[in-house]
Amino acid sequence: MERLGNGPKAGIEAGRLTAADYEANFADLHPRLDRHEALVESDRCYFCYDAPCMTACPTSIDIPLFIRQIQTGNPIGSAKTIFDQNILGGMCARVCPTETLCEQACVRNTAEDKPVEIGRLQRYSTDIAMEQGRQFYSRKAPTGKTIAVVGAGPAGLAAAHRLAMHGHSVVVLEAREKAGGLNEYGIATYKAVDDFAAREVDYVTAIGGIEIRNGQALGRDFSLSDLTAQYDAVFLGMGLAGVNGLGIEGESLTGVEDAVDFIAALRQAKDKSVLPVGRRVVVLGGGMTAIDAAIQSKLLGAEEVTICYRRGKENMNASPYEQDLATANGVIIRHWLAPKSIIGKDGPNGAHVAGIEVEYTAMRDGRLIGTGETGVIAADQIFKAIGQTFSASGLGALQFEKGKIVVDPEGRTSIEGVWAGGDCIGTGEDLTVSAVAQGRDAAESIAKALAAAAQPATAVA
Amino acid sequence: MADIRNNFVGIKSPNPFWLASAPPTDKAYNVERAFKAGWGGVVWKTLGEEGPPVVNVNGPRYGAIWGADRRLLGLNNIELITDRDLYTNLREMKEVKKNWPDRAIVASIMVPCEEQAWKAILPLVEETEVDGIELNFGCPHGMSERGMGSAVGQVPEYIEMVVRWCKQYTRMPVITKLTPNISDIRHPARAAKRGGTDAVSLINTISSIVSVDLDTFSPNPSVGGKGSHGGYCGPAVKPIALNMVAEIARDPETYGLPISGIGGITTWRDAAEFLALGAGNVQVCTAAMTYGFKIVQEMITGLSDWMDEKGHRSLDDIICRAVPNVTDWQYLNLNYIAKAHIDQDACIKCGRCHIACEDTSHQAITSMVDGVRHFEVMEEECVGCNLCVNVCPVENCITMEALPAGELDRRTGKVVDPTYANWTQHPNNPMARQAAE
Repeated sequence: MERLGNGPKAGIEAGRLTAADYEANFADLHPRLDRHEALVESDRCYFCYDAPCMTACPTSIDIPLFIRQIQTGNPIGSAKTIFDQNILGGMCARVCPTETLCEQACVRNTAEDKPVEIGRLQRYSTDIAMEQGRQFYSRKAPTGKTIAVVGAGPAGLAAAHRLAMHGHSVVVLEAREKAGGLNEYGIATYKAVDDFAAREVDYVTAIGGIEIRNGQALGRDFSLSDLTAQYDAVFLGMGLAGVNGLGIEGESLTGVEDAVDFIAALRQAKDKSVLPVGRRVVVLGGGMTAIDAAIQSKLLGAEEVTICYRRGKENMNASPYEQDLATANGVIIRHWLAPKSIIGKDGPNGAHVAGIEVEYTAMRDGRLIGTGETGVIAADQIFKAIGQTFSASGLGALQFEKGKIVVDPEGRTSIEGVWAGGDCIGTGEDLTVSAVAQGRDAAESIAKALAAAAQPATAVA
Repeated sequence: MADIRNNFVGIKSPNPFWLASAPPTDKAYNVERAFKAGWGGVVWKTLGEEGPPVVNVNGPRYGAIWGADRRLLGLNNIELITDRDLYTNLREMKEVKKNWPDRAIVASIMVPCEEQAWKAILPLVEETEVDGIELNFGCPHGMSERGMGSAVGQVPEYIEMVVRWCKQYTRMPVITKLTPNISDIRHPARAAKRGGTDAVSLINTISSIVSVDLDTFSPNPSVGGKGSHGGYCGPAVKPIALNMVAEIARDPETYGLPISGIGGITTWRDAAEFLALGAGNVQVCTAAMTYGFKIVQEMITGLSDWMDEKGHRSLDDIICRAVPNVTDWQYLNLNYIAKAHIDQDACIKCGRCHIACEDTSHQAITSMVDGVRHFEVMEEECVGCNLCVNVCPVENCITMEALPAGELDRRTGKVVDPTYANWTQHPNNPMARQAAE
């Protein structure tokens, strides 16, 4: 193994840190507020009229009400207020970019540049209710209808829960080994510790009437037409399985990896010390995935982690808060740099990454161009985080636009009896909370359609 | 530099801030610490008659209510008068007075409503050479069940009688402490004056239950599952106290009677307000019990700095200054017309003014203008009630602006009349009509 003085090992290595370091690095980023902290913070809410935070929430949670319920010592009532609108309120409390949603809209920003910590308050009450196993919803009388839900991610789970409430039976078909979707596989580890995603799936399905079948992939194990034939309705809630490629020289070298795979591996590994990471890591991209991969590389012990983004800070999809979190963890974020080629080097196990050649970029006449000036950043691991795409087969004649499923405001697709929501639809925002809203609303639309179809003919005047 | 030295019925102290008769003034240790911190005077915790001292409960004595961030707003207590031996107190009082000659020490006294009892204790107190006595006719709990405290303060004839005895048996200035647990505070004040008191002090605590434990259904503070009403004090009682002080200050029968103001005083501002409404000095308890004795430093500097800023040279420049402005409702000028105004730069758009006005008042504040969240007063609906000002979380964001004479009031369609006109002259007042006929 190549060594430079007494510095860290070069190459992609596991076990760079002590056990204590791993534990500290991957602990809960924001631990739950204790009762006193929650009371102090909830006191700050002004209980606004037509509250801007509520309008900013994709699931329209009644935020002033749930905060007031915390303040008056009723966290269980508070949790119900949250779950009424968002049954995945526990995960959303952890992963929502609140700084661009509810907390950005908080009037305390105008008053003193410090919003009420809505996300952490939401976690306070949802955690208490979930730990106590409090179930707030029961199923209506069975309707005898069964609905297929494709994908056990946020959209599918929200849809399944709402359908179960209406008395329908739900079969959820999930391609991966575990349910949860991005909540299970795509969230930075320190944002949802202790198997929270799995516990939340259990909490949601505890209502009954929901059967999750794992290892069932659309296009491989069944097709959409199979589902429309077998079930009373179908909800498509798939995520983005495809990953954008760089299309540059050296992309196939050992050490060039997809950030989403790295993040998924981190989430699934109980023991982080077995996960290898480069001494020098470069992450390409400007979104949340890039940030999550970069921070976690650093937390795994990478000595030097650089995010290269081809546009400016203001263009990054990652919020300023996420960018600050990255820089606070020692990640260097460099703007106006586009990947040009990946430089390889022969080693005992074949050619592997040695660095990346980047080209400086600029905006000219509203277009992003390369300036021709280039440089090299040494790296032994490169993560690609330049976007994901919807790639699915088995959807038959379903109408697409720009690679995503076309839906109307209720979530209805071009095929009768088929609804869709989440990242697979054109209006998806790549947010857990938006996926929940879409799944929930599509379920209401399905329930309405099935109820209308079940009406006796005499009722139609 | 403003002169804040105080002379209250001949009792001199370096500032007008005294600690009220209460736990903080129970013994030499506390009082010495208070004087070191800067307090101008103390009213020593109430002495009872010679003999075995009273006993207190051995469970909780205090209950409270809180505002945001658990800020203590109101305190309630069921503690009795001093439970220490009379002679221990007297010895310590004498010693502390000797050590701190420039500070005021007043002895609070509560003995049975019998001439002999007062005649017996007064010479003992006088011997300590403290500056005066305060008659505790106020405590509403415990001692009142034994015919003392507020049981006396609620009967003006008893007040007059006891004050008369005290004036007869001591040369010391007599301050009569009044209970607010009475329908009209002017009656006990007048009785004290008739008895010859040198001053009154008020308010003592208000009978209260602060809360109920919803698990045990016991009132708080709970002594083994039961509770008794206590005496309520702290910031929450200040408005009640201010009114009672003002009522005595402007009553023709008690006009000019020195008043020691008590009730929720927490900051220099509270103190200045009491002085302006007729108090000659102030007494503080709950604020010290919440934050410790150091708060007097904020009070001294705050009062002095404000006086300097406003050009008030001594306390006499501010005492009673607000009294002429306290009047009866019937004399308020009905031709004075004000409208709320929202400073859009200061507005944080919480919408509380809108919903308060919309749901509970006069529907005079917008929530949306041209499709944008915007809160603005509709003058044609605004009656100038001030509710929006009170519920707005931003100070001075909403203000009440008087309409100048001659301007159109868009609500009534009438021009603002420059003349003063009150209810006694109003055509809708049946009494006014009778007078005109």
